[in-house]
Amino acid sequence: MLTIDQLSLQLPLYTSWWKRDWATCLDEFSLWVSAGEVHAVVGASGAGKSLLAYAIMGLLPTPAYLNGQLYYQGKPLNASHQRQLRGRELALIPQSLSALDPLVRTQRQVAWAAQRAGHSSAHARHASQQALDHYQLDARAQQAYAHELSGGMARRVLTAMAHVSQAKLVIADEPSVGLDPHQRQRVLDALRELADQGKSVILITHDLRHALPIADRVTIMRDGKLVETAPVCAFQGSGASLTNAYSQALWLALPDNAFATTGMSRRQQEANVA
Amino acid sequence: MRLITPIAKRLARLALVLLCVALVSYGLMMASPIDPIDAYLGPQMAQVSPEQRALIAQRWGFDESPAVQFGHWLRQLVSGDLGWSHVYNQPVSEVIGQRFQRSIALLGSAWLLSALVGFSLGVVAGAKEGSKLDNIISTYAFITASTPAFWMAILAVLLFSVTLGWTPTCCAGPAGALNQEVTLATRLHHLLLPVATLALLGIANITLHTRTRMLELMRSDVATHAFAQGASRLDVAWRHGLRHASLPAITLAFASLGELFGGSILIEQVFAYPGLGQATVAAGLRSDVPLLLGIALFTALFVSVGNMIADSLYGVIDPRIKPGGL
Repeated sequence: MLTIDQLSLQLPLYTSWWKRDWATCLDEFSLWVSAGEVHAVVGASGAGKSLLAYAIMGLLPTPAYLNGQLYYQGKPLNASHQRQLRGRELALIPQSLSALDPLVRTQRQVAWAAQRAGHSSAHARHASQQALDHYQLDARAQQAYAHELSGGMARRVLTAMAHVSQAKLVIADEPSVGLDPHQRQRVLDALRELADQGKSVILITHDLRHALPIADRVTIMRDGKLVETAPVCAFQGSGASLTNAYSQALWLALPDNAFATTGMSRRQQEANVA
Repeated sequence: MRLITPIAKRLARLALVLLCVALVSYGLMMASPIDPIDAYLGPQMAQVSPEQRALIAQRWGFDESPAVQFGHWLRQLVSGDLGWSHVYNQPVSEVIGQRFQRSIALLGSAWLLSALVGFSLGVVAGAKEGSKLDNIISTYAFITASTPAFWMAILAVLLFSVTLGWTPTCCAGPAGALNQEVTLATRLHHLLLPVATLALLGIANITLHTRTRMLELMRSDVATHAFAQGASRLDVAWRHGLRHASLPAITLAFASLGELFGGSILIEQVFAYPGLGQATVAAGLRSDVPLLLGIALFTALFVSVGNMIADSLYGVIDPRIKPGGL
């Protein structure tokens, strides 16, 4: 479905007002996702996970150096191609709840998403209603404004907006953040369901525990670099089938496992806790 | 009951504001060096004996202390009488009524024009930062925002009335014509230049603020999310931009009612347009206290009501702002 080949991303960094450096945010990062798969991308804050999502969607800020290749269904994914596919084939569930327009009722926003995906306005209204019903948002929530929704409801609205577009590749950026276990399970189940319908889901998260129950494969990321891509079954026991020391340490540091910090620098610990 | 309390609260506050405006205006008039009797007499000042002056002062009540005079005025006001204007020799309410009819045509059309054009230009400019259109609109807005209205008016008269002869140089109708004889077309012809000049004053301000809000929106999470859904810039500007940018535009448009009022004084003076602005100048220069107080009160009322309308409109556009909370 999607192949990322040796992708490097550099963003400008102004060390002082006349001097511009380039900060490397993604460093020869490679990844492939197939249809019907939930692919988790796990890494600490600042590992470049969200930028990866923006790079795939083609939503990077303008002064950016992008190297390497993206392929979508075998074809190179360039800027104009991305523009055509956004909202129709590629969908993003953003990290921040402020992505919902505070001045527009929920259902209307979902209907707009449907219209942007190419539905007629009458059909869009119907589709938005269905999508919201599907995610168990009642009539009151559908007519509510963003500030009247709980965190979990707002997440489900964002998921409904991605769902209604019928996109084949859904990128979910930190969908489990700030939710109680029950709500989190609902949101993650919704993503698994999308994959079961034959779509590809890239699940970006900093918490390995949230990703494991629903993911097929997991990519560990650190400072813009690929650490390791492993099937989800590798994350068990003492993590012996993991090839990289960082991913092993990450796995062992989880409270359910050894809760061990042996051989880890302080930085790595913090990354795990974050 | 729930509706009555906030309305009563607002009215009480409005009354308090009006009282303060009256007090301050009155204090300023008392401090003014212009003697109302001298101003009334004009060149005949030298021919009037001190006894006659005392008589006039007594007739107008100038021999009493300022506080007593203000008390008189306030008592009259409560009974609905704004007093007598000695400049126009008419009741103040009549002067304001007549003049306001003329001014409202000028003010209203200039206000509407500046709000609508200013808002549209701001949205268009803000939708695509750094585009050619944005540069043109911003440059225009910065130049007009820093141009004094009266200077613009003088230039306009010089160019369009004197050199080109397209518009009349003064007044609300042809000189010497009776009010009833003036046709609508002639009236509009006379309004054209003052309205255009006055609108220029408002457009720039609203454009610049709307543009800033639009730029903010186009960089926000809301816009990024919309782009991720495949929305074009036009789509984002139309669906999200109009709503978000209308808040500052409404604030400004209603707050600028007062500014337009002030601006209209200068403009009416330049175009010799017989509106409220001219009456204000006449009242100030000839120390016509009742008329000036009446106009000050009227202006304050106008601006306050404008702000109240803006306040209640916020609630309609932004659901996070609840109307009624004070």
